[in-house]
Amino acid sequence: MTRRFRLGPWLLALAALALLAFPAVAGKFYQQLFSTIMIMAIFAMSLNLLVGGAGLVSLGHAAFFGLGAYALLLLSPAYAAASLWLSLPAAVALAAAAALAIGLLVLRSSGVYFIMATLAFAQMFFYYVTGAKWLGGSDGAYIYVKPDAALFGLTPFRLADTRDFYYVTLALMAATYLLLHVLRYAPFGRVLRGIRANEQRMRALGFATFRYKLAGFVIAGALAGLAGYLDAAQFGFVNPDLFGWRQSGIVLMMVILGGMNALPGPILGAFALVLLQDFLADATRHWLLPMGLFIILAVLALPQGLSGLALRLGAFARGEARGA
Amino acid sequence: MDTGLVFFLIQVLNGVQLGLLLFLVASGLTLIFGIMGIINLAHGSFYMLGAYLAFSLAELCGSFWLSLLIAVPLTVLIGLALEAALFRLLYTRDHLYQVLLTYGLILVFEELRSLIFGDDVHGVAVPGFLEASIPLTDTLSYPVYRLFMSAVCLAIAGGLALLIRRTRLGMTIRAGAVNREMVQSLGIDIGLVYRFVFALGVALAAFAGMIAAPVASVFPGMGNQILIVSFVVVVIGGIGSIKGAFLGALLIGLADTFGQVYAPAIAGMTVYVLMAAVLLWRPAGLFGRAGS
Repeated sequence: MTRRFRLGPWLLALAALALLAFPAVAGKFYQQLFSTIMIMAIFAMSLNLLVGGAGLVSLGHAAFFGLGAYALLLLSPAYAAASLWLSLPAAVALAAAAALAIGLLVLRSSGVYFIMATLAFAQMFFYYVTGAKWLGGSDGAYIYVKPDAALFGLTPFRLADTRDFYYVTLALMAATYLLLHVLRYAPFGRVLRGIRANEQRMRALGFATFRYKLAGFVIAGALAGLAGYLDAAQFGFVNPDLFGWRQSGIVLMMVILGGMNALPGPILGAFALVLLQDFLADATRHWLLPMGLFIILAVLALPQGLSGLALRLGAFARGEARGA
Repeated sequence: MDTGLVFFLIQVLNGVQLGLLLFLVASGLTLIFGIMGIINLAHGSFYMLGAYLAFSLAELCGSFWLSLLIAVPLTVLIGLALEAALFRLLYTRDHLYQVLLTYGLILVFEELRSLIFGDDVHGVAVPGFLEASIPLTDTLSYPVYRLFMSAVCLAIAGGLALLIRRTRLGMTIRAGAVNREMVQSLGIDIGLVYRFVFALGVALAAFAGMIAAPVASVFPGMGNQILIVSFVVVVIGGIGSIKGAFLGALLIGLADTFGQVYAPAIAGMTVYVLMAAVLLWRPAGLFGRAGS
């Protein structure tokens, strides 16, 4: 038979090239918008390690996003820059530590309990930060100076520069993608997917499933912390909504809309949702109404997400090629 | 009587009253999940719906009682319509899609509320003869309306327990929760049972919003606030258990009230710390079955 034509890798390479060339053709505004999207894409990919990877639906993933963002606030001196090389690992470590502690509790539950328990823990952070004067309380707080990338007297890039920030975000998104790709096809990822399919059977096969789930939860939390850190660095502002259930819901929507069974799915979802949000918010103050209707329709109409739609189209195209 | 002791007793009454109110919302949530297998994030929106209906109808017809009389059947109808239009499609879908669809529903409800009523906080007057307060010491008193709320909630809780445990309908509901196919093959229309349970849950949440309106006022985001606390109640009590929801709600009501009074710095967190403790001790809640 003929060699099977695979559309996916080509599309991915094309998309990567397009993102690399994007700042050459787009102005500052769109570079910033795309940086925001790629930050959300990192966030969504981290959640998909749980949802698509292990079948753990977390509705409190914003907790780790918020922690990463507030870590930058804490590590930034009042009117000076924090060191990127110190503050970024510290933020990721803080999110990972919190994920370890919370994971130990919530992973004892499963199914709907897990959904509710994760939501409740994120809400706990939300209420704590809302009431914490030293973190700016419900008004939030500003980070006046972006982190400084100077290392041994050299400054490879400046985060204050829109284009540099864009490329740093792109590099981190690509790194996250590669890490998740490796994890997915490593034994670790296969065990997680085994747990998603049938946890009892995996346990019967001798896998300590709790430890695998906990490791997945910590990695997902750490990557969400990375995304939160970048978000705080980009906007120079943090507030309790970063921990909120709306943030957790939107990122879950990105995963589902993009398609959780394909690795690039969450990236697709992030692009679709942030662009839609941007478009709707320009059109009306009540943009959440069409957004909500869109989500309801998407759930009813696209059981496999956008990437499922792409796969179907791909299969359709292959069928055409074979027929010709 | 000693002022400190009276103050303490007032907090107990407040905690119980909050707990009973939470029970009305959480019982619907736990019933809808336990029987229909649907996780409904929009349940808090029904609470909000009830409160705004009470507010607008009371303005229109001038009587709090009349507005209750009109609003309760109205919310039942809205519940039935939503069940027919959306929730029916979710019975066989994964929890993930239930979460998302009902999340979208929250956004729609919130924005509709913003479009129709605006984003201001509104007060609802306490109905005439319940306006009084019972004086306890020279400086402390307790409002009659709060006692009335507790009494009504208790009566409803009792009625619900009777309905589920002692009636034929309750038996069918319990059977449907255990084995849907078996109930169907015995010739019972399970769809009808589902419709009833869903409408009951919506009516309970909306009614809670209505009677809470004079005490808690009516404001944006009120539905989500109560939804998340109700989740905590359900997680603590065990999903599908009415008894668990009742005890969990009282526990949370008291913990939250005493947290606000005696440890205001961490008041927002007390209920979650309690939940963490219960999860450590019993991962499936106080009355939950493991593995559900």
